[in-house]
Amino acid sequence: MPAESTAAARPSAAVTDGEPPGAGRQERLSALAQQHGALVTLVIAMVAASLSFDTFLTGDNLENMALSSAFLAVVALGMTFVIVTGGIDLSVGSLFALGGVLAAWGSQYGTAVALLLPLVVCGLVGLVNGLLIARSGLAPFIVTLAAMLGARGVLLTLTDEGSRTYLVDKGSFFAKLGQGSLFDIGVPVWITLALFVLGAVVLRRTRFGQYVYAVGGNEDAAALMGAPVARTKIAVYTLSGLCAGLAGALNAAWLLSGVTILGSGMELEAISAVVIGGSLLTGGFGFISGTLVGVALLKVIQNVINQIGSLDSAYQQVVSGAFLAAVVVAQTWLGRRQRVL
Amino acid sequence: MTELSLARGTVDRDRVLRLLQGYGVYAGVVVLLLFNLAFTPHFASAENFRTQAVQVAPVLIVALGMALAIGTEGVDLSVGSVMALSTSLLSLYLGYGPWIAVLSAVVGGIVVGLANGALIAFVGVQPIVATLALMVAARGLALVLLPQLKDVHDPGMAALGSGAVLGIPYLVLIAVALALLVAFAVRRSTFGRQLLAIGDSRPAARLAGLPVRRVLILVYVCSGVLAAIAGVLATARLTASDPTSLGTLMELSAITAVVVGGTPLSGGRVRIGGTVAGAVLIQLLTTTLIKHDLPPSWTQIAQAVVIVGAVYAARERGKR
Repeated sequence: MPAESTAAARPSAAVTDGEPPGAGRQERLSALAQQHGALVTLVIAMVAASLSFDTFLTGDNLENMALSSAFLAVVALGMTFVIVTGGIDLSVGSLFALGGVLAAWGSQYGTAVALLLPLVVCGLVGLVNGLLIARSGLAPFIVTLAAMLGARGVLLTLTDEGSRTYLVDKGSFFAKLGQGSLFDIGVPVWITLALFVLGAVVLRRTRFGQYVYAVGGNEDAAALMGAPVARTKIAVYTLSGLCAGLAGALNAAWLLSGVTILGSGMELEAISAVVIGGSLLTGGFGFISGTLVGVALLKVIQNVINQIGSLDSAYQQVVSGAFLAAVVVAQTWLGRRQRVL
Repeated sequence: MTELSLARGTVDRDRVLRLLQGYGVYAGVVVLLLFNLAFTPHFASAENFRTQAVQVAPVLIVALGMALAIGTEGVDLSVGSVMALSTSLLSLYLGYGPWIAVLSAVVGGIVVGLANGALIAFVGVQPIVATLALMVAARGLALVLLPQLKDVHDPGMAALGSGAVLGIPYLVLIAVALALLVAFAVRRSTFGRQLLAIGDSRPAARLAGLPVRRVLILVYVCSGVLAAIAGVLATARLTASDPTSLGTLMELSAITAVVVGGTPLSGGRVRIGGTVAGAVLIQLLTTTLIKHDLPPSWTQIAQAVVIVGAVYAARERGKR
């Protein structure tokens, strides 16, 4: 089949089409598994869960799951862009918490302040991450690790070492952003869905999105092609910071307070969701929709473990960790990525 | 004449910079020590030095394993969770005597290290992801085994935690012995040379016929065992097993110690002396800030600045 061989000969074109490099028959099958494996697993898990527990498919339970997934999903959305460029952002958990506290504090001055303050601060942290990574060539994980520590430190300083909690006025418009609902579905869920549609369009249909794929696929090639590598990297880390801050703000509106202890371990959950959703940690390949499925799958697993009840919630972590490992192993085998060894 | 002196001036500046980058961490330790001796009340006492050394011991031991992983251009994020797993196993098996308990804790570290190593060496998963998965799973396992804090009442453990020889606590002696052992392994053993070769260039090491997979697995097993030992020692000192909070953020402290100590993240070089100094530097920094009534959260910010600064300095050296 000549069409296939041309596709295989032009890996960069394949990458921008959303297929992994190389496109033989087997590679296509594995690409399919990678793209839809999470979705199939999600459907199986949901069917199994609804057969096992009467309480699973009730409106209340689904609504609860959707609401509690929304915040993680927004964080994971930003993380998807970072991971597609081949980077990683470990600071999102701290920025989520920082965003929440800033929003709760700012809500006393109105909704605009409550939303803008976390966006500006967390966006700035993301910008600094991006500048250090892109302009100084420092390793993403070490820079964002430092940002994680630093942001948590700032957060603790703001809250008198975590002892002071800022509350959101229940009657304010800002509170409605978290607590309100539209057609019986919580406002945060709607906001999240809108952001995902927007994110998918940006990643797949804009020049910036093409640059994101190109940088992750092969940085040198992207630079030779004329893609603004540094600017793209700076943009994705800023975006990730903005998403984390916004998610924190929405979460504060939902909880009606800025909770300082939130968000630890969230970077792991977000990375897991992105990876389970089919994005490759080596960069150059991934989808926004997959991330949404990844978040849903994590939350369904959590919900099932909670429903089993007799199981300790600690099992949740064992299962999540084993699951992440299994997915990554499957990805490596299916994707036939170049072996380092 | 002017040209010559200019050239010589440049060389000197180069050398000074390189010296500063290579030994900056030692300079930092000395400066902080002098500062504290001069301005911090109650700092210059044997008791205080002992406390500081005991506090730094677990971090240092974990950092030794981290230095090995970073030397192969990897990283081990699971170390904190291995400490938690180790403390859970220790409590669980303490009924069979302290030796069995310690052994089971070490076996826990070996198992996690094997899992990390297998994922990295055989499947080809990036170290950060493989150890991330084990970080989540091992913490969960620790909590499954021991759901909440449990006091440890065992004379052997108590002796280990608070005993001393000639005024030097066991914990410090063990940490120093392990540091010497790891330094020897890196400098003088075949394993050490192979490890550095792999960190330098994995394809080259493979072409040279080095047992890349075996060395990688051994590195992560070493890291797991060292973290497990750190977990045992921390438990002995606190006389309690707390799988929920023991070792949280330990991976950060360990990475900081290694990186600040001059080991490049790009692998191929391991500086154990620098790692020891790095761990001491973080400890001194924390003490300095706390003793001068600055809130604990500032130490996190300071640590973040130190990490970025050290990596930035290392980058300049790499470019040179």
